Amino acid sequence: MAKELKGLLVDYEFCSGCHACEVACKKSHGLGAGQYGVLVTKFGPFQKPDGRWEMDFVPHFGELCDLCADRVASGRKPSCVHHCQSFAIQYGTVAELAEKIDKTKMALFVPQGQ
Amino acid sequence: MRRDPSEIIPRDYDEGVYRNEWRWQEGDLTVTRSAQYTAPGCHDSCSLLYYTDADGNLVDVEGDPRSSYNSGRLCMRCLNMLETVNHPERLGHPMKRVGERGEDKWEQITWDEAYDIIVENVHDVWENYGPQSIVGMQGTGRNVVWQVPMLTFMGFGSPNMSGGFLSGDACYLPRIIGCALYGGGLWVVDAAQFHEKRYLDENWTKPELVLVWGNNPVASNADGFYGHWIVDLMRMGTRLITIDPRMTWLAVRSEQWLAIRPGTDAALALAMINVAVEEDLYDHEFVEKWTFGFDELKARAAEYAPEVAAEICYLDTEEIRKAARAFATAKPAAIQWGVSLDQQTHGVQAAAALSHLGAMCGNLDVPGGNVFAISAYNVCDNYSCGQFAVDPELMKKRIGEDSTPLHRGGFAQLAQEDAVLRAIETDEPYPVRMIWMQGTNPIANMGADSPRVYRALKRVPFIVVVDAVKTPTIVACADLVLPCAMSCERNSARAWNWPMRSLVQVTQHEECKSDETIILEVGKRLKPENWPWETDTELITWWIQGGGSPDKPWPQKAGFTWEDLREDVMMWEEEYPYRKYEKGLLRPDGQPGFMTPTGLYEFKSVLFEAWGLDPLPFFCEPPESPVSTPELAREYPYVLTTGMRSFEFFHSEHRNLETMREFHPDPITEISPAVAAANGIEEGDWIWVENMRGRCRQRAHLNPSHPDWLVSSEHGWWFPEREAAEPSLYGVFDSNINNLTPMEQIGPVGLGAPYKCQICRIYKDDGSVPNPTETIIREGGPFNG
Repeated sequence: MAKELKGLLVDYEFCSGCHACEVACKKSHGLGAGQYGVLVTKFGPFQKPDGRWEMDFVPHFGELCDLCADRVASGRKPSCVHHCQSFAIQYGTVAELAEKIDKTKMALFVPQGQ
Repeated sequence: MRRDPSEIIPRDYDEGVYRNEWRWQEGDLTVTRSAQYTAPGCHDSCSLLYYTDADGNLVDVEGDPRSSYNSGRLCMRCLNMLETVNHPERLGHPMKRVGERGEDKWEQITWDEAYDIIVENVHDVWENYGPQSIVGMQGTGRNVVWQVPMLTFMGFGSPNMSGGFLSGDACYLPRIIGCALYGGGLWVVDAAQFHEKRYLDENWTKPELVLVWGNNPVASNADGFYGHWIVDLMRMGTRLITIDPRMTWLAVRSEQWLAIRPGTDAALALAMINVAVEEDLYDHEFVEKWTFGFDELKARAAEYAPEVAAEICYLDTEEIRKAARAFATAKPAAIQWGVSLDQQTHGVQAAAALSHLGAMCGNLDVPGGNVFAISAYNVCDNYSCGQFAVDPELMKKRIGEDSTPLHRGGFAQLAQEDAVLRAIETDEPYPVRMIWMQGTNPIANMGADSPRVYRALKRVPFIVVVDAVKTPTIVACADLVLPCAMSCERNSARAWNWPMRSLVQVTQHEECKSDETIILEVGKRLKPENWPWETDTELITWWIQGGGSPDKPWPQKAGFTWEDLREDVMMWEEEYPYRKYEKGLLRPDGQPGFMTPTGLYEFKSVLFEAWGLDPLPFFCEPPESPVSTPELAREYPYVLTTGMRSFEFFHSEHRNLETMREFHPDPITEISPAVAAANGIEEGDWIWVENMRGRCRQRAHLNPSHPDWLVSSEHGWWFPEREAAEPSLYGVFDSNINNLTPMEQIGPVGLGAPYKCQICRIYKDDGSVPNPTETIIREGGPFNG
């Protein structure tokens, strides 16, 4: 079961918070105002004890994310993966994606809508 | 973790889905490979796939993964293209004003009727005032950059091509013209964008370090530079240093963030030169062989010890030293600079200081450094397109031609924009009787002192505006409105810089026409001898093949047509040459060296010296600042920087789009929590940002990383959801930060203006201050009429 699950691997070290994934998702799914399959959340900015600042963006994939089943069936990637301006989202099975975690600031989402 | 260059761009797309053809059928849909330029506005031209149905409606867009430009990626504005193209409020027909200006009363007319009105008015001005009394205007970048000059010069026969009252031409021209004068040409970061193979090109090396100075490229995507290329470089291990008063996302990811005081860039750059000289970190071989005036530059930089600059710039001395060392010792290093350099009174001098820093450290035109930004196939994609058709004696009558030595010398490209405003107001040196605006909305966007610009435009007897939506400028002052096509509704091409990309018409909205078609049809009616082309694509082929530009050693002009380009989608050079100054590729005489009077990169400008101007970079305080006007600064204690960029909008555009407003409903002013507390302001409050010229109303956002001396405001705001007719005028002055900026605070070279280094105070909006738009329209103003 777990091996068949599909997911999205996010490298949030490089998510610039540009909203491309959110709009890609809204348009490919015909979502209305206030509805999202993915929403970018902001962590920070705050100053750490060493004086340096922290501010990350992380896309959060919600219940409306179906991993673009129609697009995938037609030979395409999920729209957010295709259009992410930082190439920071990868699509695959959970097992494949887990293999690709080779650094920090990565997060594996397994959306409920699949 | 450093990624290998081969890991950056995904190559695993389905080649059967994304075909290597310019057009194909997928079920009921036609798929066309093209590039997006404008409208709606953008500085880039990302490659995309337009999906159209059997009726020719645009039903989907997708990034083109085969493109080496954006490699399939798109930003939120392109992803929202259907809403933009199919928007119910788009203009669809030519309209003639029937009420008074400002009443928003129009009558739909035919294109022929519109052209007749234009021809009649142009002939009237020609006969009674001369062609110079017609001024052509355009907005920034976008796909009117050569079209409006061409019509102005070859159609109206006027020397007066201008922007939309952009004081001091303070967007890129200070950097472009400065670079042309002392280095023979403009440079940009080498993110392998001139190689079809991109990061896999064998001649390319990644920059070890990028100095991001005065811009947020991931949001602004300025001037043909796709901002996320910087992110690609970071993934390969490129380090960053960010010079910006605001802590951008890139600043957080930089090894140093220097929160510089706006308008003090020259002092910091000179201090970094000072450190590179003192610690002997510069490139001796390049300096000795290829440059002029280094001893004088050294002497000038000696006046700017890091301690001196630290005090001027509100920075730490050691941080300046550290940044200078890091930049000077990184091989190669590149500078990614922004409009902040231009938006100060002495913008040319600030840009010169920074350019000199890059050059002396050996980064000019080397792989992974700052390479010359020369457009594909030597096309004429600039403000001089068609200027050859204007008599040189008439060119001398260009407005503002006497204002500075650069303008007298013909180096300024445009009629001086502050002088254009003055001419409208005073009829000196001659009256402005007609303005042709194409893709510009000056009272909402680029005109400083926007109430003054608004009043001046009311004086001009005949104004034509070509645009895609009805703007405040149209309602306030247009007599005739022509609807322009969106990018997907036009045949065109994009260079600036590489590759050459095709734009292909895939759909049609009402009676809209492309900017190329409009200039061709107007031009043919005015001066048919200058306009021999029958169709838009014939005109574009002429432009692709050089558009009348003088020959250069490199690049060669194209022999292909627009149809050939459409077939290939994009065209690249076989090989992009580096170190062009060694190869004789920069000078018309084919000799090695730079295109300057000395043939060398001039740290000390021979031309500036001949013109009686200081030939070396220097720092000068902004005209109004805590230092230059301490009395005023007691009343207006914060440094105000304007034009904070966001992902949702291109300048004043996109405000009519529900999706963009969902993400970004209101104008934002950023302040620190301490500044908010001191002024009784909380997150999300509407506040007034005010100085001695005017005020505007924006929503406060409290940013803990924001310096306590700084207020950062957005520009370009108007409210398409509000009433168009005056005195509402879409609320164009309510949140307009250019109520606070001045025209005519320009320096001795007439380039650069202090949009980004103002002073202000802030206070919470308690409802007692009247609406600025109504006040300005009814009573003049903002404060004193």
